[in-house]
Amino acid sequence: MRVPLSWICDFAPFEGDPGELAAALDDLGLVVEAVERVGEGLGDVVVARVLAIAAIEGADKIRLVTVEAGGEPVEVVCGAWNFQVGDLVPLAPVGAVLPGNFEIARRKLKGVVSNGMLCSGRELELSDDQDGIMILGDAAGGPEPGARLVEVLGIEPDVVFDIAVEANRPDAWSMAGVARDLAAKLGLPFEVPDPPVPAQSGPPAGEVITVEVDDDDLCPRFTARVLTGVTVGPSPRWLARRLTLAGMRPINNVVDASNYVMLELGQPTHPYDLDRLDGGGLRVRAARAGETVTTLDGVERALGARSVGPGDDRRDCLICDGDDVAVGIGGIMGGASSEISEGTTRVLLEAAYFTPMAIARSAKRLGLRSEASARFERGTDPEGIDRAALRLVELLAVSAGPALAVAPGVVDIRGPVPVPVELTVRVARVNAVLGSDLDGGAIRGLLEPIGFGAVPGGPGLLEVTVPTFRPDTTREIDVIEEVARHHGYARLPRRRPASPQTGGLSPYQRDRRLVRSAMAGAGLDEAWTPALLAPGDHARAGWDGDELTLANPLTPEDTVLRRTMLPGLLKAVAFNADRRQEEVRLFEIGHVFPVPDGVRLSAALARKGTVVDEREVLAVALAGPGDDARSAVAVWEVLAQAAGVTGVELVVDTAAPGLHPSRTCRLVADGIDVGVVGEVDPAVLEAFGLDAGRRRVGWLEVDLGILLTEAPRLSPLVRPVSSFPSSDVDLAFAVDDGVPAAAVEASLVAAAGDILESVALFDVYRGAGLEPGERSLTFRLRFCAPDRTLTRDEVAVVRSRAIEAVEQAHGARLRA
Amino acid sequence: MTEVEGILATAAALLAGATTVEEVQAAATELLGKKSALTAAHRGLAGLDPDGRREVGRELQEAKARIEELIGARRSALEAVERAARLDRDRLDLTEARGKRGPGHLHLVQRTRDELEDVFVGMGFVVAEGPEVETDWYNFEALNIPPAHPARGMWDTLYLEFGDPETILLRTHTSPVQIRVMEGQAPPIYAVMPGRCYRRDTPDARHIPIFHQIEGLVIDRGISFAELAGTIEAFTTSYFGPDIHSRLRPAFFPFTEPSAEFEITCTICKGSGCRTCSQTGWIELGGCGMVDPAVLDAVGLDAEEWSGFAFGFGIDRCAQMRHEIPDMRILLENDVRFLRQL
Repeated sequence: MRVPLSWICDFAPFEGDPGELAAALDDLGLVVEAVERVGEGLGDVVVARVLAIAAIEGADKIRLVTVEAGGEPVEVVCGAWNFQVGDLVPLAPVGAVLPGNFEIARRKLKGVVSNGMLCSGRELELSDDQDGIMILGDAAGGPEPGARLVEVLGIEPDVVFDIAVEANRPDAWSMAGVARDLAAKLGLPFEVPDPPVPAQSGPPAGEVITVEVDDDDLCPRFTARVLTGVTVGPSPRWLARRLTLAGMRPINNVVDASNYVMLELGQPTHPYDLDRLDGGGLRVRAARAGETVTTLDGVERALGARSVGPGDDRRDCLICDGDDVAVGIGGIMGGASSEISEGTTRVLLEAAYFTPMAIARSAKRLGLRSEASARFERGTDPEGIDRAALRLVELLAVSAGPALAVAPGVVDIRGPVPVPVELTVRVARVNAVLGSDLDGGAIRGLLEPIGFGAVPGGPGLLEVTVPTFRPDTTREIDVIEEVARHHGYARLPRRRPASPQTGGLSPYQRDRRLVRSAMAGAGLDEAWTPALLAPGDHARAGWDGDELTLANPLTPEDTVLRRTMLPGLLKAVAFNADRRQEEVRLFEIGHVFPVPDGVRLSAALARKGTVVDEREVLAVALAGPGDDARSAVAVWEVLAQAAGVTGVELVVDTAAPGLHPSRTCRLVADGIDVGVVGEVDPAVLEAFGLDAGRRRVGWLEVDLGILLTEAPRLSPLVRPVSSFPSSDVDLAFAVDDGVPAAAVEASLVAAAGDILESVALFDVYRGAGLEPGERSLTFRLRFCAPDRTLTRDEVAVVRSRAIEAVEQAHGARLRA
Repeated sequence: MTEVEGILATAAALLAGATTVEEVQAAATELLGKKSALTAAHRGLAGLDPDGRREVGRELQEAKARIEELIGARRSALEAVERAARLDRDRLDLTEARGKRGPGHLHLVQRTRDELEDVFVGMGFVVAEGPEVETDWYNFEALNIPPAHPARGMWDTLYLEFGDPETILLRTHTSPVQIRVMEGQAPPIYAVMPGRCYRRDTPDARHIPIFHQIEGLVIDRGISFAELAGTIEAFTTSYFGPDIHSRLRPAFFPFTEPSAEFEITCTICKGSGCRTCSQTGWIELGGCGMVDPAVLDAVGLDAEEWSGFAFGFGIDRCAQMRHEIPDMRILLENDVRFLRQL
């Protein structure tokens, strides 16, 4: 909210440096986002009368204008065309310094000397109008030429604070509210003057109009006054200027007065052209299903069209005319049919209190927010309505013509209006929450200046009455916050709590860090790809089936929750490939989101468990030169070692989605799937814009939760190393391609028994001497006993047993 | 010159002429072998009288020792030269070996998260985690934000097309984990909750719609605003350094009361005022406050017995400040030229 300093000075005698005032506002939580100085640099600008306008040879956009500003005629070159001889315009003479530190110099344009500048409203920072020169009067009348513009317009240099008002402070969304808080902080007197009671004439309002409120839960208080003899015209300049400074555009005196009162007091009002209201009155009710209304902005709005959250009854508050035809949406926006226009003479003035939650829901449902709805949904003061209406009348009295009259009385329909909240506040509780040492008197001294009633109750108690303009304060704790705010957060003590527990990471969190370090140590860069994918990404990666999608995505490219890391990392690989980055080896740890069933959803809504069985996954994409499924296996082994897991088997998997059907294995621990290791299907690479003819991409995707909590862990116990010599035996087998080396190795291990120290596959050979579809696997077995040197015969026996086992189990034969 | 002197002179000349270890070996055979002058001289001893034999014999022994010494010295000298030449042929330009494939890199944001976790672990906190897909209850209602409450406008929420409209969402903050922690364990609670969050915000240089937050929660007996302010200050000086301090100013969050924003000394200018801090010397880091009694009620804790505070701020923002990342959108690209810098 833009708050001109001059405006809040109507309520309290603020003075001093604007920077210090801004700091005080900050300390109140009314955070000042900008301090703007306005109206400076206008001191040299004077009123000038246009005496003559002449064309300049060779120029079709600019003209030579002769003006008189209380002395000799002055010639200036001007590019605007919106004035004529006799008009009064602002002149910045040579030497003047305009806002923005813009100094006017004598200039030569198209051979003609310009001795100053005629100014637009925008150049003077008085309005947004840049279409032409500001017109101050014409031949028929206006200010004296030569007069200073600041005196003519009544402009004084001002300071505008741009304040971010928190959502719980509707009272501070007004000049008076800001002034009240700030005056209290600075210890200054504060008063909102009571508007005078206007002279009344004509028939009483209650006889001129009828008002019915059908749904007072939506609109607990509705008042209507009748104004006659209204002349619609421009607002006084000072009022228009304050609106402009506060960021609103002046429209006409009636609408401006309504806006002015809203900015000043926080109470929105709505003026209707009474002669354009059929049926001579208003009816306030919930909209019916299928009803529509055309709002001031010309948009036809369907009411009650959708639910905006649990418990929403979809009731929008309508304002209808006496014939029950909708003329506006209560508290949000009026309708076009009864808008104030130049011909308006009789005004029905609405000032009401709408239920905040109802307004919030309607505004959300309609996607329509206004200055009024923003205030109503945060909670206006139901007891501030009459002051606002009378203030509006006071403002109109000076601009709406001598015939203005107010009908006696007011139509005031009250339903369940919120009443002032009475609270008991414990002094000890205040200090317990704040860590402070305040007594009851100090607390009263902080509360009373901001309009709270506070009287001593029992021992250590205060009976606090919350003003109706503070709907945010309903509990003792809310009062405590007010005490803290006005006492000053900076004055509260600071202490370190002593945690009674030892801090630390869980075993899972520790292992996850180890895994990340190991992956980086293995040469992989940690990536972070978005969990939101584009439609079709899963299918392109070979993942069919259901997926979770967003109802309201920000962009059409970020709509699907990933079920696998494959698309995200392949996109990252492609991004780098497009930038000629070759050594791309990435890993990522993040959540994937399988689609839950209805049972799980119901349980989650009943606060049991989570909606999605989110899995934390480690994925690795190896896309560097020479990388393939084998590099992925190597990374898997680093991972298994770092994680301290053992006994995970590689089981050939020809149907892993998105992966190469003959270069992929499932990782299985005790019958539980831990993940997959292998290579990305070339067709999937192509689908993500990678040239499958030029590269292979090794892939590893592991469920970290399963790996780190369910897979068998290495025993923490160590064994002594034998001090006796070992013997090596090399065995080469011709084995069918379909038999995994791991299976052969397993047979060797089983047959060799206790004295086998290690076994390693050290050569794989295909070619001469072998049948097609066969390869040679050479293993080196190292034998060693803990307690003796093995004899030749012992080793020979085990050797024969191992050969026999492999030949029998795998149809293999020993090669000579 | 005696005969012995002649033998020694010949030996010295011969060895001086040897330029390889092999030539030294050949010279040694010539000087000490059966056909050598020394051996011949030994044989001549037989014709001498006992005194002469003793005398000349000793001289010959000394000459032999001397010759062996000369051979050894020459051999060592030549071996040293040859070893030096051999090593020289091994010469390697080690700078050629640089820049080959090195270790990978941990992500800046994850590293920042680790560092932040470590600070709080040191202060006696544990680390709690939770799901990214949440129900309205955990993300809003339990945090004292009823449906359609205007305060919901503080978070632009991404909802899932799943279940009833606007009931399932991507968490907009890590606060739902606070609720889950309080539901799952009895106080005292000292925990931080790092994690990924989502908001329907158009990306710009400082914000991306997917980001990381860390929150803290303390629930215990006798916890006041003073303990909150003390914890924030301890964290600030510990993580950012002893010159960086914190201050709190009033703010509004539905789940805390009283609420505060916390600011820290500008890390660029150390408080003297610069462009980054708009000349104020302070930069905003996060929000905090005393846990609202309504939140304690929602999880079944007695607000008269237990009290506590919560705080939260952006991990990415800390990373951005520490590493001076000019535009956060680069984090979404995973360009290895970015990932490999630190």
